[in-house]
Amino acid sequence: MAARTEAVSGEDAALSVRGLTVDLPKGMERIHAVESISFDLKRGQILCIIGESGSGKSVTANTIMGLLPKLIPVSSGAIHLDGTAIIGAPAKKLRGLRGRVVSMIFQDPLSALNPLMTVGEQITEVLTAHGVGTKASRRKRAIELLTEVGLPDPELMYYQYPFRLSGGQRQRVMIAMALALEPTVLIADEPTTALDVTTQAQILKLIRDIQRRKGMSVMFITHDFGVVAEIADSVVVMEKGRVVEQGSAEQVLKSPTHPYTQRLIAAVPHLTGKNRAVQEKASNETILKVEGLSKTYRSGSALFGSQRIVPAVKDVSFDLAAGRTLGVVGESGSGKSSLGRLLIKLQDSDGGRILFEGRDIAKLSESQFRPLRPRIQMIFQDPFASLNPRSTIGQILTVGPVAHGMPYAQAREEARALLAHVGLDAGAFGRYPHEFSGGQRQRIGIARALMFKPKLLIADEAVSALDVSIQAQILKLLDQIQRETGVSMIFITHDLRVASQICDEIAVMQKGQIVERGPPSQIFLDPQSAYTRELVAAIPGERPRSTPPAAANF
Amino acid sequence: MRGFLLNRLSQSLVLLLIVSIIGFVVLNLIPGGPLAQFGLDPSMTQDDLNRLKEQLGLNRPLWMQYLDWAWRLVQGDWGHSFRDGAPVLDVIGRHLFATLLLMGSSTVIAIAIGTWIGIRGATHRYSIFDYLATVGAMVALSIPTFWFGLVGIYVFSLRLGWLPAGNMYTIGDGSVLNHIHHLILPSIVLALVHVAIWSRYMRTATLDVISQEFVKTARAKGLSERRILMKHVVGNALLPMITLAGMQLPSVLTGALVTETVFTWPGMGRLFLDSLGYSDYPVVMGLLIFSAILVVLCNLIADIAVAIIDPRIRLS
Repeated sequence: MAARTEAVSGEDAALSVRGLTVDLPKGMERIHAVESISFDLKRGQILCIIGESGSGKSVTANTIMGLLPKLIPVSSGAIHLDGTAIIGAPAKKLRGLRGRVVSMIFQDPLSALNPLMTVGEQITEVLTAHGVGTKASRRKRAIELLTEVGLPDPELMYYQYPFRLSGGQRQRVMIAMALALEPTVLIADEPTTALDVTTQAQILKLIRDIQRRKGMSVMFITHDFGVVAEIADSVVVMEKGRVVEQGSAEQVLKSPTHPYTQRLIAAVPHLTGKNRAVQEKASNETILKVEGLSKTYRSGSALFGSQRIVPAVKDVSFDLAAGRTLGVVGESGSGKSSLGRLLIKLQDSDGGRILFEGRDIAKLSESQFRPLRPRIQMIFQDPFASLNPRSTIGQILTVGPVAHGMPYAQAREEARALLAHVGLDAGAFGRYPHEFSGGQRQRIGIARALMFKPKLLIADEAVSALDVSIQAQILKLLDQIQRETGVSMIFITHDLRVASQICDEIAVMQKGQIVERGPPSQIFLDPQSAYTRELVAAIPGERPRSTPPAAANF
Repeated sequence: MRGFLLNRLSQSLVLLLIVSIIGFVVLNLIPGGPLAQFGLDPSMTQDDLNRLKEQLGLNRPLWMQYLDWAWRLVQGDWGHSFRDGAPVLDVIGRHLFATLLLMGSSTVIAIAIGTWIGIRGATHRYSIFDYLATVGAMVALSIPTFWFGLVGIYVFSLRLGWLPAGNMYTIGDGSVLNHIHHLILPSIVLALVHVAIWSRYMRTATLDVISQEFVKTARAKGLSERRILMKHVVGNALLPMITLAGMQLPSVLTGALVTETVFTWPGMGRLFLDSLGYSDYPVVMGLLIFSAILVVLCNLIADIAVAIIDPRIRLS
């Protein structure tokens, strides 16, 4: 499956990769992390490398940075960075290039900064490492950079510790650090994946602006075609360590030629303004009615005056009809997950009522609520952390129902049937979670919840950790299960595109309150609140397509 | 920060109260009671014993004795030893210096060497050095301290004659050099176990930090490996170690019974054992309160130290 590689002369390319093959340690699922990949990053352009998890895109970036662990060696190929060959170059020379000719920003801004050093120290460190400037000039440069990336109060920001900054602000600090020596190439490894959608839009704009202003070349790694549409000049599509397609952004997005690219693009959840078709099994009977629900977090001690009070959920009311799905969307800190925990009574509420099938469960004690627990089930976000690694799938599925009085033989039969139902073979019963992929584990998580024949399913970011193609399958499965069983669902997500796919109604949360509630057609086409409008506008790649994004650079 | 300190201090006071009550009650449950030693003396009659009880206030109900004892303690009067009538604080003070000397030097050795081995084991993971350090730590942890002590005495004192076999100084020679000469063997023997523990924890802590994203960031900035280690790794790896040190330090000050016995070192560990054997209740209670205060204080100091280093705690 040879990929087309346009011949680009050395001067044109800030970065050129030729026939790069990197081995994986023995015993992994494949021999090569990446296999004979070739591409060019032209000067002054943004190249997006897109692929699902395990496609080798991060390995490619780390190879260019010379940051590969010793366990995975480069076996063949050449990389030229601004004309300098870097494969086989001595470590000292590579170190001289890092931060000066090529810089990198990472996915998780929360862990990418040293918690014990001030922002200023971490930026000036780049200059010190490369022997640039004096102490005073370095400080001046750092403050310049902080201004440039749009951080408020740069003089003050210089002395701040990372924990004081929001995720978006930390990513700006990372960008300031990467820009310190005006590198030729900036490598961004999923820099917006961990950010809220409005913050993501701001950071994408910042990278785009800086790239244009400085004529920098950017290699941008992402899994999100929305982001590609937003900023890419050209695109490289990777699958299982190989480049399967490359070309201009317009070409790849509009008329993908490789079946894998076609499948990927088809799987991208698009915002639909269409309302969901009413389910056959849906009735008008209300299964859940929430009235004035509140929860306030208190930390520290009231006695010594260091208490912090965070209102997480404020006076939230809604109702949900049987067999329907309510989407709860919002950014991090909006209180959507707290709401989910209150509804399943993993946490006690401070005020308000939760009427489940007409009975107020908010005030029930743990022992009073226990018999009701099987009827309200949860699907968790992280399919890796939510299954006990020491239990077989069979134990995971049967332990709950057996504890609630089901005979083991019956539980086992139902578990086997459910596994088949969620698309796994019956052999899964005796295996352990680590033998399954993320998507399969999420299916197991769904089967676990369904074992109780619940009336209400609460899915907290149930597809957020999955690749788009898997995401689409899981959404389809949830839809199918709802049609068959008539279960009601509360679908908590930060991704409006996903919510638009599966929800009958959507509630938008901000700062603990529901600011708007309505069918998808209202939320996405005719949003009533300013915040909803802002959220919808920030979704990457969902602008009107009158101006193709790829054309913007010429 | 102020609220945090007040909070911790009030917790500590409650803790000390509970420890002292439990200690007092348990000690008085021991068969024979506080005057058991006097009872062994054939010249003591029952009348003498009763008079002594009366004098020492031991015929009052236990809670009254406790309140009296605690009230004097708060005022600085820790009572008098049954053995020689010396004030308890003086008795403790006499032994504290010996313990501080031995424990201080062995702790410095243990932390310095343990930190170095731990960091090097982590940065050179699965190297020969790392394997040797791992095996060495296992050996040091599994062989009892007294055995190391005896072997040390046999080799360096008996065979080679380089180092003295025991005591803190040669009688009649109180010079600093003489003290150091006596200190070498016991402090190294005592440090062995601590090096083993400390290096294992330090290795784990360092490995944790090395795999963090910000270390990758530092590398991407083009920093040298040395600077990455010193500036980004060690500081973050030491954070959990401070808490560990806070928990180990009190045991260091309350003495190492075994080592002190092997090297006839006049420290706190031996004082405690001797006082127990003699049913010297005031000294035993004094030592109990003293070590409880140390535990509380060291943990508090460790917490404050972490807060000073870690801005996330200091500033929020």
